Amino acid sequence: MKKGYLKEGNYFWSGDIAAAEGAIAAGCRFYAGYPITPSSEIAERMALRLPQLGGKFIEMEDEIGSIAAIIGASWTGERAMTATSGPGVSLMNENLGLAVMTEAPIVVVNAMRGAPSTGLPTLIGQGDLMQAHYGSQGSYELVTLYPSTIQETFDLMLHAFNFAEKYRVPVMYLIDGLLAHMYESIYVPPIEEIEKKIVHRKRPKEGQLPYEPDEDLVPPMPLIGEGRNIHATGLTHDERGYPDLTPQAQEKLVRRLNEKILKHERDIWIVEEYMTEDAETIVVSFGGEARAVKAGVDLARKEGIKAGMLRLITIWPFPWEYIKKYTADFVVAELNYGQMYHKVKEYAETPVHKLTKMGGEIHTPQEVLKKLREVSQ
Amino acid sequence: MSIFEDMRNKQEELLRTERLPHVWCPGCGIGIVLNAFLRAVIRRKIDPEKLVVVSGIGCTGRTAGYVNVDSFHTTHGRAIPFATGIKFARPDLNVVVFSGDGDLFAIGGNHFVNAARRNHDLLIIAVNNFTYGMTGGQHGPTTPTGAYTTTTPYGNPDRPFNIPHLAISLGVPFVARWTTYHVNQLQNSIYKALGMKGFRLVEIISQCPTVYGRRNSMKSPLSMMEYFQKNSIIKPNASFEEMELTYNGKIVVGEFRVRTNIPTYEERFDDVIRRAQNEN
Repeated sequence: MKKGYLKEGNYFWSGDIAAAEGAIAAGCRFYAGYPITPSSEIAERMALRLPQLGGKFIEMEDEIGSIAAIIGASWTGERAMTATSGPGVSLMNENLGLAVMTEAPIVVVNAMRGAPSTGLPTLIGQGDLMQAHYGSQGSYELVTLYPSTIQETFDLMLHAFNFAEKYRVPVMYLIDGLLAHMYESIYVPPIEEIEKKIVHRKRPKEGQLPYEPDEDLVPPMPLIGEGRNIHATGLTHDERGYPDLTPQAQEKLVRRLNEKILKHERDIWIVEEYMTEDAETIVVSFGGEARAVKAGVDLARKEGIKAGMLRLITIWPFPWEYIKKYTADFVVAELNYGQMYHKVKEYAETPVHKLTKMGGEIHTPQEVLKKLREVSQ
Repeated sequence: MSIFEDMRNKQEELLRTERLPHVWCPGCGIGIVLNAFLRAVIRRKIDPEKLVVVSGIGCTGRTAGYVNVDSFHTTHGRAIPFATGIKFARPDLNVVVFSGDGDLFAIGGNHFVNAARRNHDLLIIAVNNFTYGMTGGQHGPTTPTGAYTTTTPYGNPDRPFNIPHLAISLGVPFVARWTTYHVNQLQNSIYKALGMKGFRLVEIISQCPTVYGRRNSMKSPLSMMEYFQKNSIIKPNASFEEMELTYNGKIVVGEFRVRTNIPTYEERFDDVIRRAQNEN
């Protein structure tokens, strides 16, 4: 066993600890962050664990500095991460755009709490789903993942880092106030098994320009200190990375930044389909909320209501094919005033219903059941 | 080949000459500062592969786009934390932040004070031209009280930072200020700073005739340089009051603080790793 690594076995962890340990298992060795409820325990775990592995942890002066530092570290080749909550994401959004524009792989964890503003710091919210995609200025695509159990919070981190590295894109890793602080028992597989699945970023071929994409539209990433004289800028740039402030350069670059993700959306989509095969009503749900939805669907089934659940683990790019393939009615259960509802409505050819709560607590299975009764009548 | 030609060739190797002409106005002081920086880098025999230049946004922020080393043009105010990430991840690199006064001290002020306090191993080249040049000459955190800018049409009611004093108060090991008139002293200070460790600040008072000088009775680059020449006083042990910049007043320059052997954040973190690994 290498020094500092966890032994295979069962652990009793919160979502915050699982997110930190999942990141470490996925090869993350650089963390910069600023404390904020309910994500602070991720920073605490990283502060404890990263130095044991020779990794770097730094508590920055704010969230803006935190994301700037991990983008800088990413350019040296590190798998770098920060964690925060909605108010912190608001501050990070400008530099999230810089990571999109300069194509720097990073992972940003957002433990969602009740919002707007300071909202409900210790309680669950799901109001940052649109912020995750549209928080920074401009048209761009990124990857957003959202687990629903502590085990999944650990396991999915590998995907988060792999997608970031494979597509040179920031990954928003959503958890929520419920997952962050809830403890569950989880199984950690042997580290060698996880390490086998790590996807490393592509390296440029001899003479390949820093922003010259391969066929998959992703340019291999040069690293600082290799003598490649990298230039990266948030300005619209050409394949050398040099500013090119023309409509033509803008068209070419921004189209590619979007298409490099959309072209691979089927590779990025992870969706759980629960009893959907014969379902007449499908509840779309995600994160901590999906746990209650599943219980509600089970209750409905006992009453003979043909209910099912689509649990979106990939939130962005939106897994629209999973909506299109069903002819059932949809209920979108979410802890906000209705965000994913609009995305589902965009693709559904059947009625779509809202089941919303403003946050602070998840729906009860009975509330889900009540809605399913109404809709199936 | 004369030593001048030799220096010129070496400097051109450190520039992305295919990107010239640059965006800076005729008579701008940023080129003088860049020139001094490159000469100091050459004299220090720094391996260009181990040199990283990080800039923010603004006129000086464009510097990263012209240096032929790994270089990053980041977001407004965020050059220092971006550079911090690079340095902390790869302590073997020489990381230089090259940016302007508005970028470093207004929007980036929080990062400046905290990075200085932590003593990251970064060299900060801070070009102070008293104004936001790129956006057309608004007043900024270093505009002297009373000066005229596009947002202080009746004279600046605001008070400027005393940058060297700010840095000294944060324990910064190397603090120097020169003007673009002091080309040799400037080059020597950058040379000295490149040979030191920790957070090092070189402030350069620079001319912006285009949007600052012309509103403050110094229309030409020459008149601004004459102002620097006539009003500068070299005084390494200057007091707080002497370091303060006033409207058309004296400019006290020099190396105000030179300290060696203050541990950097990166060095202190090596100890953290050692302790974590011994306990584990």
